[in-house]
Amino acid sequence: MPDAIQHSRGASWLAALTRNTPPNGGFPATVHVVDAALAGEPARYIAVLPDTHNRFPRVRNGEVGLVEGWALARAVSELVAQDAGRAVKRPIVAVIDVASQAYGRREEAYGIHQALAGAAGAYAAARLAGHPVIGLIVGKAMSGALLAHGYQANRLIALDDPQVMVHAMGKAAAARVTLRAVEDLEKLAAKIPPMAYDIGSFASLGLLWRLLTVAQPDAPGAADMDLVETCLAQALADIRTDPSRDLSGRLGQAPRRMSKRVRERLVAVWKED
Amino acid sequence: MNTNALLKRSSFIELGARERARALLDARSMRELIGPFERFVSPWLAQQNVVTQADDGVVVAKGRIDDQPAVVLAIEGAYQGGSLGEVGGAKIAGALELAAEDNRRGVPTRAVILFETGGVRLQEANLGLAAIAEIHSAIVDLRRYQPVIGIIAGTVGCFGGMSIAAGLCSYLIVTQEARLGLNGPAVIEQEAGIDEYDSRDRPFIWSITGGEQRYRSKLADAYLDDDAEAILATVRELFRTGLPAHNRSDRHADFLACLAGVDAREQARPDAVRALYQKGL
Amino acid sequence: MERINLEFPAGKPARRSALAGVVGSGDLEVLLEPNGAGSTAVSITTSVDGMGRIWEAVLTRILTAAPLPAAKIEINDFGATPGVVRMRIEQAFEELDAAGGTR
Repeated sequence: MPDAIQHSRGASWLAALTRNTPPNGGFPATVHVVDAALAGEPARYIAVLPDTHNRFPRVRNGEVGLVEGWALARAVSELVAQDAGRAVKRPIVAVIDVASQAYGRREEAYGIHQALAGAAGAYAAARLAGHPVIGLIVGKAMSGALLAHGYQANRLIALDDPQVMVHAMGKAAAARVTLRAVEDLEKLAAKIPPMAYDIGSFASLGLLWRLLTVAQPDAPGAADMDLVETCLAQALADIRTDPSRDLSGRLGQAPRRMSKRVRERLVAVWKED
Repeated sequence: MNTNALLKRSSFIELGARERARALLDARSMRELIGPFERFVSPWLAQQNVVTQADDGVVVAKGRIDDQPAVVLAIEGAYQGGSLGEVGGAKIAGALELAAEDNRRGVPTRAVILFETGGVRLQEANLGLAAIAEIHSAIVDLRRYQPVIGIIAGTVGCFGGMSIAAGLCSYLIVTQEARLGLNGPAVIEQEAGIDEYDSRDRPFIWSITGGEQRYRSKLADAYLDDDAEAILATVRELFRTGLPAHNRSDRHADFLACLAGVDAREQARPDAVRALYQKGL
Repeated sequence: MERINLEFPAGKPARRSALAGVVGSGDLEVLLEPNGAGSTAVSITTSVDGMGRIWEAVLTRILTAAPLPAAKIEINDFGATPGVVRMRIEQAFEELDAAGGTR
């Protein structure tokens, strides 16, 4: 691997899951697209990695920026096009370790919102076309970056570890925007699960399919790999036997009861008597 | 424009969400679903001492547009900056999901989304974010059958995860007052410094993310005056046009080719963005 | 955040529901629904604490100045001035009389 890429959990897990298969050519250093096996069948693994020498100055620590968004869109769309006439659609595994979207003038000017829409749209279309999409959260999964890379998955799996975190905005920024002290935000988060930063609270919302405990989340050993690969295989089987290709599987837990009630009520009143 | 025409024009921006939805639907066809009197309020705000709004800041209005079945999802920008929480997000996602289901049963329900939003409501953080992911999914589903039209009129604009939703729409209508961007100006300034982004420099902000700039950069499809009738006419025209040949969000090859030509050592200039995208898209 | 409940004498039950305003900065939302004959019940949720007496004074003036239909009034307030409170409540009562009603 080029030394421009610093260590990241995303990189470690991608390499381990794909047995160090080299990534496909033609993609930027920040978006690794690897075709390798999942449960014995061909699959595509995708990760966003840091590149300290990236030509975009605000994308040097693993942020998802303009090129990353569109490259993700390309990686997913090309697979969908290749499998268009085939009965079996190859699975896509999004290896998720994305601390944020990119923040900068270039990014806003050239339409980073549109680039991330490209990625999100491609993943959603792949799922609707019948590709099993699995999101494996091994580190941070924040905000726009997660929306673009992973949140359209049929099934989401996360490692149970303090460095694994899903949220809409980092603590310091969130405190500033809501005009509260960070300590106050933390107190609120302790009693309001959707505001919390720990992955256990996130799991309680019903958005994850599995939460996995591994011994070495930074650099997985053989037992860790066994556990995760078994889980990915189970997720694949679960998706393939599920007649629905939507995200309704995320509505099962009590904290989201209003999300379910809203949908039930809409069904009840949708048609005019 | 002469004075008479100016006086006759009715502002769309001055209308609240409910009235904007009413303005787009055929006369007397509007039927609000889960309206304020059903009191589906946020279950998360009272314990944070934030006053709830009875419709959670989102209006779901079913009816007809140009005599075709339609649903308008209107976000109330005045409530909590239009930020999306669990209930408001579910109203939008759920309605789009049902519109797609309608199409699968042969009913051509189309949707308009009125974006007046800062994105995720941070008091509901992960449930707001999850709802927005479901909105993305539902737009991609529905836009296979019918155009999904997004309107950004201002004054709040469209930011955060909902800017991605805007990017997924089949067509996007903007006004001069509108702004469309991923990150709020204050957050960019915090993260990248005031030289990178001065959040209090209004002309600068609009030069980068304003409606006219987005339209001239081919990131929006129609650029209209703040005029309810003009907006309605354009909505009808776009529905008559039907599905676009290509969704903007599917044009990764074109956008990547454009970005390959950007010298990232230099700071971005609005005129350069317009020139690049007008040529390459 | 504070909750205040008030009651006032009123006439016959309001014939329908009505809505005015939004919970925006300096504004309030007023939901008006029919109540049993003879009394109007007001329940206020407000972001500004300690204004109970002022709410009582303002609402007494608005709701007892002239005979009004009996209504359940829910107010969700985000720091509106008495003038804005009056305007929104009057708008809600006006909507009761409007030909189109609330739909």
